[in-house]
Amino acid sequence: MSRGDVEKQRKAPKPQPSATEDRWPEVSRRFPALQRSVNAHRLVYLDTAATAQKPDGVIAAQQEYYRSFNANVHRGIHTLAEEATAAYEHCRARAAQLVAAPSPSSLVITRNATASLNMVARGLEHTLHEGDEVLLTEMEHHANLVPWIMLAQRTGIVLRHIPITDDGKLDLSKLDELLTARTRIVSLMHVSNVLGTINPVAEVAEAAHARGATVVVDAAQSVGHLPVDMVELGVDALAYSAHKCYGPMGLGFLAAKPELLDLMEPMEGGGEMINEVFLDRATWAEPPLKFEAGTPNVASAAAFPAAVDMLEEIGLEAVRRHEEELAGYALERLSSLPGLVIYGPTDPAERGGLVSFHDPEVHPHDMATLLDQAGVAVRAGHHCAQPLHRRLGVVATTRASLGVYSSKSDVDALYEGIRFARRYFNP
Amino acid sequence: MSMDALDQLYREVILDHHRHPRGRHDIDRVDVEASGLNPSCGDEVTLQLQVEGDRITDVAVIGRGCAVSTASGSILAELVKGHTIEDARRIAEIFKRMMHGEDPPAETDLGDLEALTGVRQFPVRIKCALLPWVTLLDAAVARAEGRTGKTITTE
Ligand SMILES: Cc1ncc(COP(=O)(O)O)c(C=O)c1O
Repeated sequence: MSRGDVEKQRKAPKPQPSATEDRWPEVSRRFPALQRSVNAHRLVYLDTAATAQKPDGVIAAQQEYYRSFNANVHRGIHTLAEEATAAYEHCRARAAQLVAAPSPSSLVITRNATASLNMVARGLEHTLHEGDEVLLTEMEHHANLVPWIMLAQRTGIVLRHIPITDDGKLDLSKLDELLTARTRIVSLMHVSNVLGTINPVAEVAEAAHARGATVVVDAAQSVGHLPVDMVELGVDALAYSAHKCYGPMGLGFLAAKPELLDLMEPMEGGGEMINEVFLDRATWAEPPLKFEAGTPNVASAAAFPAAVDMLEEIGLEAVRRHEEELAGYALERLSSLPGLVIYGPTDPAERGGLVSFHDPEVHPHDMATLLDQAGVAVRAGHHCAQPLHRRLGVVATTRASLGVYSSKSDVDALYEGIRFARRYFNP
Repeated sequence: MSMDALDQLYREVILDHHRHPRGRHDIDRVDVEASGLNPSCGDEVTLQLQVEGDRITDVAVIGRGCAVSTASGSILAELVKGHTIEDARRIAEIFKRMMHGEDPPAETDLGDLEALTGVRQFPVRIKCALLPWVTLLDAAVARAEGRTGKTITTE
């Protein structure tokens, strides 16, 4: 396939999504890795929250970059460099569109969501003073905890946390007290990678803005799973990773309001991010390039639009309905297993497509090993949320997470796998 | 991998140690204490040793992890009690090398530890098996330096 063909494909009329469920098997056939078997079983991939599998379109687009227009971006004046730059900037535009960022230039291309969150924390360091407050939540991923802890160590800012209720939702009853005159930044996750909870980001953002705070959302688990709109969420900055929404590895994004990007200091210096360099001083380029020092992951950027195309073609509303239905089915099946503790909201409408649980009889590590024997891939551990697990009173949980390719039979395989694990340990 | 591999991992001996772990008692006097953490899952284990002269006279294992780390801790409690700290350290080193593929020296009696060789087919689980033993190694150092152990990790 030549680059021209890729362009044509990109512009080809999209097949209209049908209202029936039948399309999902076809969708899952686009993912080559899902066609393999594991331990002589059909692979049942329930670890999308760690990283999503990649559809053929993404894999082909990444190959196509290396095969026909590999070049560095923003530098060369030759055809390949121009094509590579165009592909890179096309990625920026599509990544911005996917989350309704104000414009492509409001979108910084990073390595991953973690890098994006660090970029905000470091970028705003110069605006913070000892005693200023940053409000987070008890359910955050380490990626939205540690950068702020590091910031607190350097600046003496105070970290506060919105607690969670026993059913795994944010307890907003104390939000008014937690937001103080010194709250400068509020940063929270959109969808919890452990509880599955969909947080009321817009509500928190409104309250935070009323106090003049900047609002950051970690959308690593929501983008690609439900419609995400920065304007509706009312946030100033939004971080996500391409690899969790069917895109390639090594690529992430920070979408932010232009004023915020202007205010932020760049964290890394080097090529690409400058205007003028002298031996003893330099001036920065305008955002977003100000934040993009060095050669970026052009191959991944060239591939990511194919993931966005797929999501648009299926429709994010449809993806959300699919995952909500499956999450509901998973909750129903798993709660029929006596003694199994399931975390997070009980209403599937309030949660994303993942379910974490704890089996008092089988430790998560053993559970994951036993499930893997049945071809079922889940994640066991603290899922980079140790404070949350401490709050839940366990060191580790087992998590099954869903994607566009997931099906009821995957959930059935999980259910049977857990029963097998229990029998294996307590025959 | 197959059911065979699974049955190699969870041999009857291992499951027995997991179901009835040894060393789950209070000891009279804690002379050395050390804690170990497996950062990838959050599992934690604390070892308490009672030592007379250089001989370990009692062992307590606190904290529970997966079947592999629980069984490994249980075997540790059984195996090192009555040995000198130096012997215990030597067993820990042999076990570490064994987990990374080496055969143990022919004359060493590793008791039920031999049953943990099945773990080698599950590379991500090797840390689970090693957790109590790296903790023991730290306890040995702590004893030599006359301090309580710090929390060490399997990384
Ligand atoms: C909620 C949440 N935030 C942030 C991250 C970090 O994503 P990445 O590792 O791609 O930077 C993850 C993924 O593990 C996540 O689940």
